[in-house]
Amino acid sequence: MTTWHVVLLASILCFGLKTLGYLVPASLLERPTPARVVDLLTVALLAALISLQTFAQGQELTLDARVPAVIVAAVMFALRVPFIVVVVSAAVVAAGIRALT
Amino acid sequence: MKIRSAEDTRAIRAALAVGLPTAAYGISFGALATLGAGLDLWQTMVLSLVMFTGGSQFALVGVLASGGLSAWPSAVASAVLLGSRNAVYAIRMSPVIGRGLARRAVAAHLTIDESTAVSTAQGSLRSQRIGFWVTGLVVYIGWNLTTFVGAVIGDLLGDVSAYGLDAAAAAAFLGLLWPRLATLQAQAVAVAAGFVAALLTPALMPGLPVLVAALVAVIFGATNWLGSSRRSPRASSGVTS
Repeated sequence: MTTWHVVLLASILCFGLKTLGYLVPASLLERPTPARVVDLLTVALLAALISLQTFAQGQELTLDARVPAVIVAAVMFALRVPFIVVVVSAAVVAAGIRALT
Repeated sequence: MKIRSAEDTRAIRAALAVGLPTAAYGISFGALATLGAGLDLWQTMVLSLVMFTGGSQFALVGVLASGGLSAWPSAVASAVLLGSRNAVYAIRMSPVIGRGLARRAVAAHLTIDESTAVSTAQGSLRSQRIGFWVTGLVVYIGWNLTTFVGAVIGDLLGDVSAYGLDAAAAAAFLGLLWPRLATLQAQAVAVAAGFVAALLTPALMPGLPVLVAALVAVIFGATNWLGSSRRSPRASSGVTS
């Protein structure tokens, strides 16, 4: 195994996984239960990504500048502040806390 | 249909707000791949051009950086495990993308966290499509440019999390989740999935916690636990037509 072999093998496998999902027949997803599962899947995946993006550092859980930044973002979304303003604010809060600590 | 509606604009804004900070992370990847794992410029670029799924790319070079080339089986396994959620995203995006082999092949390549998240957060099929393609292309082009920059000069910029980009990505995902929390069932799924993913992170290989969290949706969805008897109009818009 050379580095090139590893790079190409992993790349092809990852692309194959993406393709796999598109081969599932569409009619299957139009029935009520699969449709509901697919819809909740979005919620679950987003929530899981937010959780990891906020608390995970590699395989460890940490409380750092991201936590207050995400709390600020949640408050701003609740107040219906525009999306892009919230995202930039979250970055500023996290960067500010890191610069000060 | 050529005129841009408010809904189209919203989808494009979300795509840029999610896509640009994500793309900026390519700098870290380029730097880690070349300086940490010792990949050359072309190997690094092939990962961003062909593999194109950030988590898997970081996992692959992360394992190679710490374990060397002899750790290749666990490097490839980590990348594949992390990439397996894209198969779930692909199932979700399949009806949105529509027919046509070439279109579906390109869509498959662009099926990642961000493009799926922006797309599924939109209301109409048209804005779901706009969300998918704009986000996918912004991240693809941006991620490859920044990978190149990172691979060449990454050590000069240092850790990009100093600029708060990690928090920006979390906030962007939160913004996509927010409008979907209207029902009690969705709220329960979100809280449960968030807890499951965090609690399993120290115990499982990277990539698996998100997949296990996805099972929460399967359990709630299959049993319709805490659900209403009929589906909301918003929920049905993505899978029909």
